Amino acid sequence: MSLRKSHELHQRRFGRNLGVGLTLAAFIFIIFGLTVVKVSGTDFGMAQQEVQN
Amino acid sequence: MTDASINASTVTAQPRVDEASFGDYFALLKPRVMSLVVFTALVGLLAAPVPVHPFVGFCAILFIAIGGGASGALNMWWDADIDKVMKRTKGRPIPSGKVEEGEALALGLALSGLSVIMLGLATNWIAGAFLAFTIFFYVVVYTMWLKRSTPQNIVIGGAAGAFPPVIGWVAATGSMPLEPWLMFALTFMWTPPHFWALALFMRSDYDDAGVPMLTVTHGRRATRTHILIYTVLLSVLAVGTAFSNIGGPVYLTVALILNALFLSGAWKISRRTEADSEADNFKVERSFFKLSLLYLFLHFGAILVEALLKPYGLGGWS
Repeated sequence: MSLRKSHELHQRRFGRNLGVGLTLAAFIFIIFGLTVVKVSGTDFGMAQQEVQN
Repeated sequence: MTDASINASTVTAQPRVDEASFGDYFALLKPRVMSLVVFTALVGLLAAPVPVHPFVGFCAILFIAIGGGASGALNMWWDADIDKVMKRTKGRPIPSGKVEEGEALALGLALSGLSVIMLGLATNWIAGAFLAFTIFFYVVVYTMWLKRSTPQNIVIGGAAGAFPPVIGWVAATGSMPLEPWLMFALTFMWTPPHFWALALFMRSDYDDAGVPMLTVTHGRRATRTHILIYTVLLSVLAVGTAFSNIGGPVYLTVALILNALFLSGAWKISRRTEADSEADNFKVERSFFKLSLLYLFLHFGAILVEALLKPYGLGGWS
């Protein structure tokens, strides 16, 4: 039941798999970027200051 | 896209020449419609009087575009039967046999959920809810209900395509004053003459599919008259918008020129007979349709220019 490394399916679906992979990588980047922006934004900064006070 | 074959070393299946590529799945999202959604939503976002962090703004536009694409995929899933019949649509991924209907449904539902949640998280939940409503409106109200039941399908369904600038504005501000609704009204009133002009020269397509376009139910003479009436109403609205907070001298100049051209085209269409149109292969109708694309693009472009000039004290009337 092993999957052969050089199966024809890999070549046939290379483009599709690459597309999905790049899309997922872009999604991770967006989540990371949004997190950075939100955390360093004013709302979060003010809330943090309130907690410290 | 069943992958049951991949764990069997005895697979002998021949490569399918019609197998879907990544591009075929992307085509389900109607990239050309998405480009209109992206542009109008971007104008809505940038015309809003509240500055948005560039990355948040980018994400907002991206998720609005994905939401629009998701509704396109759901539209293709539902309309697969009539897409097979129409020349204009039979090359789409489902009728051409590259993608299965269930795949389009799954992709559409997954991207709908993702886009709404991500837009809500990135901006605010009013924008997220508005995007969800837009998807619902396009898929359920337009595609499933109106499209095949009334010749007013384009008129009411056009609202779905008109929501993106409102969503862009709401994403930036969290509120909905008059200005984004003027942008909504501009697209809403533009849609019928745009599509009816297309229906005039693509007539056999809609006839064959049994879609009750105005040309089929009320006749081509009535459609020509409708184009003129809607264009007159649109012109009043488009020029009137120049005197709102999103207008200004640049917008007014663009609106006056384009509406004069558009009215002239609509007038010519209304005066022509079928014999005239067939004699020159619908030349006037085709050029009116092309102008309609430029019309919307330049009106929104002018709103964008006014917004971009404002920080320098040049945009608007002040």
